[in-house]
Amino acid sequence: MATAAPSRSFLQVAATEEAVAPPLRVVQIEGLVILKIIKHCTECSPALVTGQLLGLDVGSVLEVTNCFPFPIREEDEEIEAEGANYQLEMMRCLREVNVDNNTVGWYQSTILGNYQIVELIETFMNYQENIKRCVCIIYDPSKANLGALALKALKLSDSFMELYRNNEFNGEKLREKNLSWVDIFEEIPIKVSNSALVSAFMTELEADSPVNQSDYDRLKLSTNPFMERNMEFLSECMDDLSMEQQKFQFYYRNLSRQQAQQQAWLQKRRAENMARKAAGEEPLPEEDPSNPIFKPLPEPSRLDSYLITNSVSNYCNQINSLAGQSFSRLYLMKALHEN
Amino acid sequence: MASTDQTVLQFFPLSTSLSAKVHPLVIFNICDCFVRRPDQAERVIGTLLGSVLPDGTVDIRNSYVVPHNESSDQVALDIDYHHNMLSSHQKVNPKEVIVGWFSTGFGVTGGSALIHEFYSREIANPVHLTVDTGFTNGEASIKAFVSVNLSLGDQQLAAQFQEIPLDLRMVEAERIGFDILKTTAADKLPTDMEGMEATMERLLALIDDTYKYVDDVVEGRVAPDNTIGRFISDTVSSIPKISPSAFDKLVNDSLQDQLLLLYLSSITRTQLSLAEKLNTAAQIL
Repeated sequence: MATAAPSRSFLQVAATEEAVAPPLRVVQIEGLVILKIIKHCTECSPALVTGQLLGLDVGSVLEVTNCFPFPIREEDEEIEAEGANYQLEMMRCLREVNVDNNTVGWYQSTILGNYQIVELIETFMNYQENIKRCVCIIYDPSKANLGALALKALKLSDSFMELYRNNEFNGEKLREKNLSWVDIFEEIPIKVSNSALVSAFMTELEADSPVNQSDYDRLKLSTNPFMERNMEFLSECMDDLSMEQQKFQFYYRNLSRQQAQQQAWLQKRRAENMARKAAGEEPLPEEDPSNPIFKPLPEPSRLDSYLITNSVSNYCNQINSLAGQSFSRLYLMKALHEN
Repeated sequence: MASTDQTVLQFFPLSTSLSAKVHPLVIFNICDCFVRRPDQAERVIGTLLGSVLPDGTVDIRNSYVVPHNESSDQVALDIDYHHNMLSSHQKVNPKEVIVGWFSTGFGVTGGSALIHEFYSREIANPVHLTVDTGFTNGEASIKAFVSVNLSLGDQQLAAQFQEIPLDLRMVEAERIGFDILKTTAADKLPTDMEGMEATMERLLALIDDTYKYVDDVVEGRVAPDNTIGRFISDTVSSIPKISPSAFDKLVNDSLQDQLLLLYLSSITRTQLSLAEKLNTAAQIL
């Protein structure tokens, strides 16, 4: 997809690529990839599955043109090598039929949107080492029953990645960078593109009926099980969050106690020094690193609490949107019934 | 036995009523492979994966293209590639087996018979799917064939490709929404509320149409059709009979439940922002 002016030679264009890549603004997915992801995730649900995304990285658009699923991993040591073999094999075969051989990320399925776990961040960092720009697509098959296409493209924000690399998650650094839990994941808008051939086929094959399956799904009145599970997850997360809060309180309490001890010790030292000066002796140093009350307490990492906060906010959003839809459905039902 | 007073492509019913069902992913895959084919190839060929349902229908769920070389009288298929891809796919989904093969292009050509023979060595009765990417006849024709052996007495004469009924209902594609899959570029995925709106509009349009039809029949403008009348009465009677007060109570209860949940989630969000302020604003003196 050459967008360079035709007067520049290829060499010139290649040389100018050294400039900083523009920030990723849009992920362009092909309909084929969407169908494949949906098929894989729905087939294997409720198990969580992953797969690899292939495509091209063009300017500020990340194009995803194909994907392949990963087999479900057993917890076995030998399977590690097999997994790598499978990947190489698939990429080689796809290369032979002219599919873009470039990994641009991975996709995974989730249940009710609880994907914010540390493993996700670790996988991101792994991928980030090899690929300049990678994206993770999250698909939620349970929402498909309600007629929604729950597809999201995520990326770690740059500031978060720096912090994670240096492994500093204490309050000061975060305040410095002005990073809050909202800034960990960046959601990127998704665009869908299809080749002309496929769109011609689909236009022909579209059934003529005025109402289709997605309408049936959306008008279902019984969303209660979904809401119930959402609430369950939400309350579990709140429990986790309060545990994290307690950890922090504990830390702060210890810290302030330690500081009080330090002050007391310092006073004593100063008093001693006064006495010794009066007696004409060398004053003792005001610090004593060997004393255990000066040992700096490790601050608990805030990463977990941030992730949990993210999950909680996600659940709240889902509940909100579901409740909104239920309102519309209920009012519709009421109006129609009166007729 | 083939009757001799009709053309070769006569469709006479098979002893087992075989039919096939295709998922939209297969069509997408085939089109994508066709677009990416190497320059000298006129068509693409590949394997179809799926399963055979208990009632005999062949459910075609997945596919992959196999590189091949075709000249006027010879066809060479990359068998190793075919087996490699098959084993890779089966690692992910062991239930999918070979059910046939596909080729782009209209109708069945001579080379296809050879390929079909190769595939019949892999499974018992392969289904051959042709996807007309050239849009001959100005329409998208997707056809499925099985091969039937024509024999005269004991001698094998030829293999005849017979068309079998193909179910092209794209339920999954409908779920996603044809709007996304039809256009060459969709700017964004539709949100839940937009989908809801579109659905409600369609429902209301349907109800309006039904009303108009019933009015027309009552006034005598349109001849009454018994089957439609029966459908309408079935639909109307499938609404459970609840007294208006009970119905109101039901609706109000559900409304209140939803409001409660909304309230809970708003409280949670407030709690979140408070917690965050407390955590990060605490200064170490």
